[in-house]
Amino acid sequence: MDTARIVLVVMWVGITLYALLAGADFGGGAWDLLAGRSRTGMARRGLIERSIGPVWEANHVWLIFVLVLLWTAFSGVFASVMSTLYIPLTLAAIGIIARGTAFAFRKAATELWQRRLFGGAFAVSSVLTPFFLGTAAGAIASGRVPPGLARGDILTSWLNPTSLLGGVLAVMVCVYLAGAYLCDDAVEAGRPDLAEWFRVRGLVAAVLIGAVALGGIAVLRWDAPGLFTGLTHRGLPLVVAGAVLGVGSLVLLWRRVYPLVRATAMLGVITILWGWALAQFPVMLPPSLTYRQAAAEPSVLTATLVVTAIGAALIAPSMAWLLAVQRRALRDTGTPE
Amino acid sequence: MATWQSVLAAAGPATPADLVAARTQMALSLGWHIVLACLGVGMPALMLIIEWRGIRTGDADYTRLARQWAKAIGVLFAAGAVSGTILSFELGLLWPGMMGTYGQVIGLPFAAEGIAFFIEAIFLGIYLYAWDRVPPRAHLLSGIPVLVAGTLSAFLVVCANAWMNAPRGFALRDGVVNRVSPWRAMFNPAVPHETLHMIVAAFMVAGFLVAGVYAAGMLRGHRDRYHLLGFLVPFTLAAVFTPIQILVGDFAGKRVATLQPTKLAAAEALFRTGAGAPLSVGGIVTGDRLRYSIEIPYGLSLLVGHNPGTVVQGLDAVPRAARPPVMIVHLAFDMMVGMGFLLLLLSAWLGYTWWRRRELPRSPWFLRAAALSGVFAVVAVEAGWTVTEVGRQPWTVYGHLRTSDAVNPAPGLWTGFVVVALVYTVLTVVTLYVMRLIRWSERPVAPQERDRTREPEPS
Ligand code: HDD
Ligand code: HEM
Ligand code: HEM
Repeated sequence: MDTARIVLVVMWVGITLYALLAGADFGGGAWDLLAGRSRTGMARRGLIERSIGPVWEANHVWLIFVLVLLWTAFSGVFASVMSTLYIPLTLAAIGIIARGTAFAFRKAATELWQRRLFGGAFAVSSVLTPFFLGTAAGAIASGRVPPGLARGDILTSWLNPTSLLGGVLAVMVCVYLAGAYLCDDAVEAGRPDLAEWFRVRGLVAAVLIGAVALGGIAVLRWDAPGLFTGLTHRGLPLVVAGAVLGVGSLVLLWRRVYPLVRATAMLGVITILWGWALAQFPVMLPPSLTYRQAAAEPSVLTATLVVTAIGAALIAPSMAWLLAVQRRALRDTGTPE
Repeated sequence: MATWQSVLAAAGPATPADLVAARTQMALSLGWHIVLACLGVGMPALMLIIEWRGIRTGDADYTRLARQWAKAIGVLFAAGAVSGTILSFELGLLWPGMMGTYGQVIGLPFAAEGIAFFIEAIFLGIYLYAWDRVPPRAHLLSGIPVLVAGTLSAFLVVCANAWMNAPRGFALRDGVVNRVSPWRAMFNPAVPHETLHMIVAAFMVAGFLVAGVYAAGMLRGHRDRYHLLGFLVPFTLAAVFTPIQILVGDFAGKRVATLQPTKLAAAEALFRTGAGAPLSVGGIVTGDRLRYSIEIPYGLSLLVGHNPGTVVQGLDAVPRAARPPVMIVHLAFDMMVGMGFLLLLLSAWLGYTWWRRRELPRSPWFLRAAALSGVFAVVAVEAGWTVTEVGRQPWTVYGHLRTSDAVNPAPGLWTGFVVVALVYTVLTVVTLYVMRLIRWSERPVAPQERDRTREPEPS
């Protein structure tokens, strides 16, 4: 494997972790929106807040990590994507501001109206941010971001069937992931009744995702034939695995085997992301710019990998400690009343 | 390989309005982030000092302060993190012309910074959530990585900025970068003065701002020990750094004289190259002259070369199109230096009365000025960055890439700027409001067992 390919894989691992960890955080925000009126939703919101409280900052850093790797190792791709897709990405950035601050501020708020206001901003931006990121992914996958500064159409590049499909799927997958995590966390915190509430809605979300994904096949075939071919040939094993995991996760949720729901939901997301990557490999910007053409000089790639490796060695144990503290906090504080 | 990259340069130019919008948006978001970044670097230090004093003395006031500051850090960190994330987006959204070509050259410090952020975020999470769950000393230790990583991230990001001022570590052929040496690019000649000056500035801003909150409290009559400690500890830290900062600033000036003589000439509004250059304070630039300024004869030559005969390069050495906006840079420079000396005076005042009488100066003017000292320090930082960034114009990468070639050529950047400006306005108001809430509330950011009874009731 050449160094460029290693960096590419590391970057994709970063994207996967961002989708799994921050994706669940975004989903948590969406659940917050659905959690019901102030009084009835209190316990549910409490659980959401407690589940994502200590880790969201760390989860969120994955996005920065991916951006930085992209601009260091594939500078031209970064410039092309950011310049053509500046509208959805500016909107996603604004969503990130609103979401992060509102969530932190809500914890400091004392009055109900303040909590409602911050909670509302948190919830709405939790839906919009993954949506816009999803449209950007759709734009790249369907070959609408040509290499060069703002060479693509600044509107139709992300306002098209594949992008909309990407956006909607991103939001729904976040919701499902969070639902799976929350069921598990609710049982752990000794509130099976809360788990039940999330479970029913998680089931609905799972069925909807299945329907959208099936419809999506038709959309891709018509709107992004290149991607469609990749997904149905090289990416096929992973796409099939994703479908199987999705159905499996639904069944497990039905039967309340929460820890396994969580695992299958995560694996499902992983297979879809890697299926997409495999479908277009070695092309980075379809139709034709490959990662090898786009890669930085070897000296840069090596230095980046060295720094990343040192970082990983430092981060892994610290992260494990943080997660342990979080688990303990959840158990100690017990049920959110 | 060199073929496809040509598209990264050959885009049509942005309209002048879009260029101004992009620059203003960048300045706004960086100017916002830097205040939070200073707090993110400096406040962990204050928090650790006060927690350590609390453990040593068993004094409840120290412990109360430590918890209060930890709460504030929890909120400020979130605002710092999101505003920093926006910057990473904006580097690409607004300046793809720079990132597409030079992203690989300055990527390394940013990649290292990403690691530092991780460490900072993780340990802050641990610190906030583990407070009552581990022994006090272990808890104190868990806060140290937050401080180290915060300072390191400031160092690293300023390395990237220093590279824009003193670009090294690459060669150019037909507009395509090659023979990149990322380590040489990262450790460029502008690193020592910029990073040192910035890190000291961060400690000053954090110290004076926090002290200002308690000075305001004392002015309102809260003359207890809790407020006195809350004022003295951060103020002392910042006051110690103030004279150091002025020395570092002097060092920065000398470095800029060799690395970017045009920037120094603009900062001093020196139009004519020559020996015996005066130091001009204030004034108005009209045409190629500075009027109504206070001149210290030979001042600049003495500062740059310790000799009245030192030749200092003026703005006449470069064509007009290669000069930065002189008036802005000169005023910003004077503002920074002025604030530096104002803060020095304030620090000396307290130092004197404390040395003589072990008490605060009796004049109410001391507390009034101290309440504003944080604002002065923030003004100094914003002014300093104006000198650095505007003084680099018309270049984004000094001597290599003009700002007008760095900007995104997509139409409508202007609209984006308006939206982002509105978002920042709201964000500013809300952040200040929440900081006020925190002052009055006793709710912790991370709930601990004993706080469970204090959850707010729905009304
Ligand atoms: C508390 C803040 C503060 C204070 C009191 C001062 N500065 Fe400063 N200055 C900064 C905060 C700052 C800064 C915001 O941190 C800058 C922007 C970029 C940098 O490296 O530091 C800066 C930049 C900066 C530069 C430009 C560096 C470059 O572009 O490479 C010079 C020449 C000085 N300063 C000189 C001084 C002098 C002679 C001071 C004497 C009083 C002084 N500064 C006080
Ligand atoms: C001199 C300038 C800067 C300094 C000193 C600085 C420092 C910091 C610090 C200390 C933090 C941690 C947040 C906190 O504790 O509140 C932070 C966050 C951040 N900064 Fe900056 N920064 C600077 C400029 C920039 C620039 C230009 C960028 C973008 C390229 C940037 C990107 C970020 C990012 C992405 C974060 C979020 C990290 C997280 O989620 O924890 N910063 N910055
Ligand atoms: C945090 C403190 C900083 C402040 C307050 C600041 C301020 C500014 C200002 C005022 C401008 C607009 C220049 C003009 O009006 O002509 C600007 C531009 C810019 N700054 Fe900074 N800057 C800071 C740090 C950084 C850092 C650390 C980077 C690192 C990469 C950076 C990258 C840029 C870029 C790319 C531009 C646009 C190009 C240009 O106009 O020259 N800045 N900044």
